[in-house]
Amino acid sequence: MANALEIKHLVKSFGDLEVIKDVSLTANQGDVICIIGSSGSGKSTLLRCINLLETPNSGEVWVNGELIKMGLDKKGQPQPTDRSQVDRIRTKLAMVFQSFNLWSHMTVLQNVIEAPVHVQKINKTEATKQGLELLAKVGITEKANQYPSSLSGGQQQRVAIARALAINPDILLFDEPTSSLDPELVGEVLKVMKSLAKEGRTMIVVTHEMGFAREVASKVVFLHNGHIEEQGAPDEVFNSPKSERLKQFLASSLEG
Amino acid sequence: MDFFELLAFGDTGWGDEMLKGALMTVLVSISAMAIGLFVSVFGTMSKMSNNGFVRGIGNTYTTIVRGIPELLVIYLLYFGLNNAVMGIAKGVFGYDQYIELPVFLVAAIAVGLISGAYSTEVIRGAFLAVPKGQVEAAKSVGMNKFLIFHRVLVPQVLRYALPGLGNVWQLTLKDTALIMVTGLVEIMRQAHIGAGSTHEPFVFYITAALLYLVLTTVSSQALNSAENWANKGVRRA
Repeated sequence: MANALEIKHLVKSFGDLEVIKDVSLTANQGDVICIIGSSGSGKSTLLRCINLLETPNSGEVWVNGELIKMGLDKKGQPQPTDRSQVDRIRTKLAMVFQSFNLWSHMTVLQNVIEAPVHVQKINKTEATKQGLELLAKVGITEKANQYPSSLSGGQQQRVAIARALAINPDILLFDEPTSSLDPELVGEVLKVMKSLAKEGRTMIVVTHEMGFAREVASKVVFLHNGHIEEQGAPDEVFNSPKSERLKQFLASSLEG
Repeated sequence: MDFFELLAFGDTGWGDEMLKGALMTVLVSISAMAIGLFVSVFGTMSKMSNNGFVRGIGNTYTTIVRGIPELLVIYLLYFGLNNAVMGIAKGVFGYDQYIELPVFLVAAIAVGLISGAYSTEVIRGAFLAVPKGQVEAAKSVGMNKFLIFHRVLVPQVLRYALPGLGNVWQLTLKDTALIMVTGLVEIMRQAHIGAGSTHEPFVFYITAALLYLVLTTVSSQALNSAENWANKGVRRA
């Protein structure tokens, strides 16, 4: 069986600034890969290159053994050659954002059933039934008909997770899902994420939550200045870091 | 004659004429607003284009129309459109008689172009006000450009644009007063005629003012309801 996700020699620059320098990474089915690193290390950019919210300059992204086809536009800038392939692959890769990004003009339930109904053409009654089940799973059924603005950050992020699950993705991408939450709300979101990991979901998680990474990750990747400085099982990475940079990073993040 | 006799309905007074003028004002305003909104869709697309030339066209349009007095826009279009049509008729069909375009059409286009320049700015601003994350979330679940546009962007752009478009509507409604110079009989022209033939200018102009006030008040109420509807889900500070 093909790897769930394979990134080969990915490079991404913003203008002259090279943010991702030749990064390769593989995720098997059921892997939970936590990407850690200081801010500016390129973790979010790397994650956003996977579902092409950022267009990589070079390198390959394979999802379930399918290569996302890239080419050059008229100005010589890299871009995907097949938009519909990108749209289709994105439904295999749901993303949870740091700032939730729930659609503010839709209710909680409408947010969850939007993509199933309009992208995947699932019957609305069926989608609603599944949507309510997902909301129950993230513990937020009673807010189904409210608008996102009346929810707390933690509740909004749980809805965003339900929205991501609703398209029945193979891989979940989390982009610092707890970084914009008040400390007392972080726990409820991490709890949902832990239960997803237990179900055997493939997850790529950019995070500052070292406790979560240590407990849940199957692999921890430490990114520094756009390249993978060190990677391994959480036990190795946290208990016996080899590189000086990782040692410094762990020391400073434990202080903070 | 006193105020009410002057404005009686029927043959003796000017009441029904003034109301007809008001109806004409409403019709021109609605047509102009519709033309303006139509134009502003292209204006917005052009001003937000990646292509420098296309962007230049949009910028030229809004700069010119917003930069010269509205009355002048109307004059330029009134004479310009007629000349253009006659030029085409002569050049292409060899027809060299005088052609006069329907005044209503010219008026609606002239005010519509003015209205469209302001609407363009309002809609462009509304597009820029939609947080990037709303579109990224849509992309991340596999929505294509069309779905993103009509399921996510349009509802949110409308919400941000409505207060500004309400403003444009009020300006459009009042700008129609300027088209009296083309001879189209709307409120202002009718008041002018009435004032001239009865030597009671104040009566007619105060009536005109009241008619405009009624129109603007009623429509601003309607716009408020529309705003409330579009703002569902938005927490009021």
